[in-house]
Amino acid sequence: MEQDKPARDCDLDGMKQGVLGKPLSRSEGLAKVTGTAPYAAEYHVDNCLEGVLVTAPFTRGTITGIDKDACLAMDGVVAVIDDSRMTARPAQGTADEAPVQQPQQVCYWGQPIALVVAETFEQARDAAKHLKITFEADELDEIPLDPQEAETENNQSTRQGDLAQAMNDASHSVDGRITTAGHASAAMEPHAAIAQWDGSTLTVHASLQMLNYNISELADSLDMEEENIRLVSRYVGGGFGSKLGISEETVAASIAAIALERPVRVVMSRQQVFQCIMRRSETTQRLRLATDDKGDLTGFGHQALVSNLPGEEFAEPVLQSSDFLYAGENRVLELDVARIHQMTAGSVRAPGEAVGMPALEVAMDMLAQESGVDPVELRLRNIPESHPVEGTPYSSRKLAECLKQGAEAFGWEAGPRKPRHTRDGEWWIGTGMASAARVHNISEAKARVTLKPDGTAMVETDMTDIGTGTYTILGQIAAEMLGLPREKVLVELGDTQFPRGSGSGGSWGASSVGSAVYVACTGLRKTLGERAGVSEDELRLKDGKLADGTSVTDLLNGGDLSEEGHYEPGDIDDDFVAAGYGAYFAQVRVNRFTGETRVERMTGAFGFGRVLNEKTARSQCQGGMVWSIGAALTEALHFDPRDGHLVNCDLAEYHVPVNRDVPDLEVIMVEERDPAASPIQAKGIGELGMCGGAAAIANAIFDASGARVMDFPMTPDRVLAAMPAS
Amino acid sequence: MPITVNDTPHDLPRDPRTSLLDFLRHNCALTGTKKGCDHGQCGACTVIVNGQRINSCLSLAVTHDGDSVTTIEGLGTPDAPSALQKAFVEHDGYQCGYCTPGQICSATAMLQELANNMPSDASESLDGPIKPTADEIRERMSGNLCRCGAYANIVAAISEVAEQTNGAGDAA
Repeated sequence: MEQDKPARDCDLDGMKQGVLGKPLSRSEGLAKVTGTAPYAAEYHVDNCLEGVLVTAPFTRGTITGIDKDACLAMDGVVAVIDDSRMTARPAQGTADEAPVQQPQQVCYWGQPIALVVAETFEQARDAAKHLKITFEADELDEIPLDPQEAETENNQSTRQGDLAQAMNDASHSVDGRITTAGHASAAMEPHAAIAQWDGSTLTVHASLQMLNYNISELADSLDMEEENIRLVSRYVGGGFGSKLGISEETVAASIAAIALERPVRVVMSRQQVFQCIMRRSETTQRLRLATDDKGDLTGFGHQALVSNLPGEEFAEPVLQSSDFLYAGENRVLELDVARIHQMTAGSVRAPGEAVGMPALEVAMDMLAQESGVDPVELRLRNIPESHPVEGTPYSSRKLAECLKQGAEAFGWEAGPRKPRHTRDGEWWIGTGMASAARVHNISEAKARVTLKPDGTAMVETDMTDIGTGTYTILGQIAAEMLGLPREKVLVELGDTQFPRGSGSGGSWGASSVGSAVYVACTGLRKTLGERAGVSEDELRLKDGKLADGTSVTDLLNGGDLSEEGHYEPGDIDDDFVAAGYGAYFAQVRVNRFTGETRVERMTGAFGFGRVLNEKTARSQCQGGMVWSIGAALTEALHFDPRDGHLVNCDLAEYHVPVNRDVPDLEVIMVEERDPAASPIQAKGIGELGMCGGAAAIANAIFDASGARVMDFPMTPDRVLAAMPAS
Repeated sequence: MPITVNDTPHDLPRDPRTSLLDFLRHNCALTGTKKGCDHGQCGACTVIVNGQRINSCLSLAVTHDGDSVTTIEGLGTPDAPSALQKAFVEHDGYQCGYCTPGQICSATAMLQELANNMPSDASESLDGPIKPTADEIRERMSGNLCRCGAYANIVAAISEVAEQTNGAGDAA
């Protein structure tokens, strides 16, 4: 089906099983907690060779020679592969075609250039380390590395009215420059692939988010037909954007397996994952906000500079939610991309809002302080009636409810705010808040649902579960529609032999593939109704039986009954502004002598449409809030200004939050259905939890200590430097 | 003397470069133990050696002659999960599941450390009984990274088992 109008009536609400939305434990849970769930590198394949990638130790230039003979003479080495089809970068999300190939042409420090293949991992690692390469490197002073000095291209520009005049005429205004550091996805499972070639078909177990795109990216890279490739990703040890596109190890393993006619496993080292997958671009942002004397926005300016390699289309979409979140007649939104030779910039969880929303929400806090309007009230007052430029209506939007319910649950004290109001020994204690917003994305998706004569059902799609709960929720949707207990529904994912799903990315998986499963089940219900002689509306299914006690299996005539559901977004995209919304509230303590910040408690209230599983949805929200803590306090990629190489390329130097950094996290899921978002009235929740949360912590740091830090992450040195003297 | 893994004796690897982690994953085909960083930074490879939790990536297999190793596969199975394994499922103490075996091995040994009154940075004093408070658990589990951000649920799962067992280490 194609969605052209809001799905006001959703069949899910009339079902009798009562399993949808319930906080069921993950269906694959026992496999994960007992270590029996196999991830990409963990399939036991006979005669498997081990490959280790070799990367470039220079920034830009050409590989002129590789001493293969010396390497091949080492113990156990089988091959040194430098095929020009190998990929020099990962593909961007939804690229659907090969990324940049020809690794002999080096564009960034750490780019993969060759693969050493040996009988054992230890042999391959040693040989890779000793591989001698010669190269012609460009002079470093010829290579643009600093985004502030490099050539830029405009990526997005919206202008309406006269912002400069609005700023001049404003009763209250803010004009601030905020920077955010680059981030790494740092999924716990390193990128890995096992490729097997049987002479006609290539089978690859890999760790990927979007098999529906990855298969064409791999086929294009290898100059093969998709029909001759099978990709399998049943378990993915975290993605967060880093596994959206086909990455270097998968293509290299495939080339090696075909050339050597033996299976080849390639697992990236943690340092390689950091240095040659994707970074979130650093940003430099300028926020201009102008209000009248009541605190109503009259001007809204958000400009950002991000960076990427020359030729890459992706630009961190910093302004994505600034586009529609708040009012302001006079507007400037501008995004520029600087072309520099650092590793590829691409999607890291919540591209755009992860860094744009914190900057905007710090500026909003400054405006609240400037105008004397309570921060929650300031936001409530500036929720626009329609899109501030295009006039498009909003679909369901629970921003106000999130702000109010979050404030109440947290115990937000409205009214005048003055920093340094509470001290406990050497710690100042304060609170802060911020709004959350994340655009709603949805994509075409297919899924097959089959009713079996043994009373079970099977859901099949090449969709992935990257920790998001896809196995569980797709089973819940099918169970609800078909009137089966959840444990009677088997969900098979992550195999391109199944119908094409949407892939996991942009928080669109649940609503896209969930809708495909819903469409398939609607088809099955129609057939069941015809066979039972009742209309679909009267078809009340529960625990495998119709209302009159007839067993559903009696309607199957001893065979399978199968439907493929096909969902397409349709024209509704243009008719509504659809997004997930929320609000964060944080309490922090800031050490007055060291500048250290500890988050003491955090509340998040989120509206993201229908909740498909209360337990896994809550976990997604919490995960986003943990990322908010990381973005606020510790996470930053550091590049060497001389050659652009990533310096802190491991988990000891790139600081993701650890257990003790994270307090109790309160999550409120605001009741909502969004008929314009998807047929199942659901939106996404994988990213919303980190779309502004870092600002709640920044604003709490200000409330606690008086330090208005304008650079994320707010490390102790920065907090200390921003603290007023008295 | 061979190395014993989950009560099964194995010959040590011939290549002295093989880490205990790679030995478990490749030589013993026990892939429940995960490689996240290979540098002792993430804790995904945590196993229990002679009762103590260690990062198996930081240890060469040949140095474990005669040692007894327990991996996630030795703690429980899908048919007979341990108390902690069940609690992780119930409290959703994981998402992608990749750090999870390490978290559970770490927590299993950690509860024994609590029972033995080994103090931590979060303890009120260096001697005397240690209570399995949320702060104790957070501190002691901070060597096991979870990028999905399931920490609050991990603490809830471990707390439940710690209460059931009164902090004693028979959780496995």
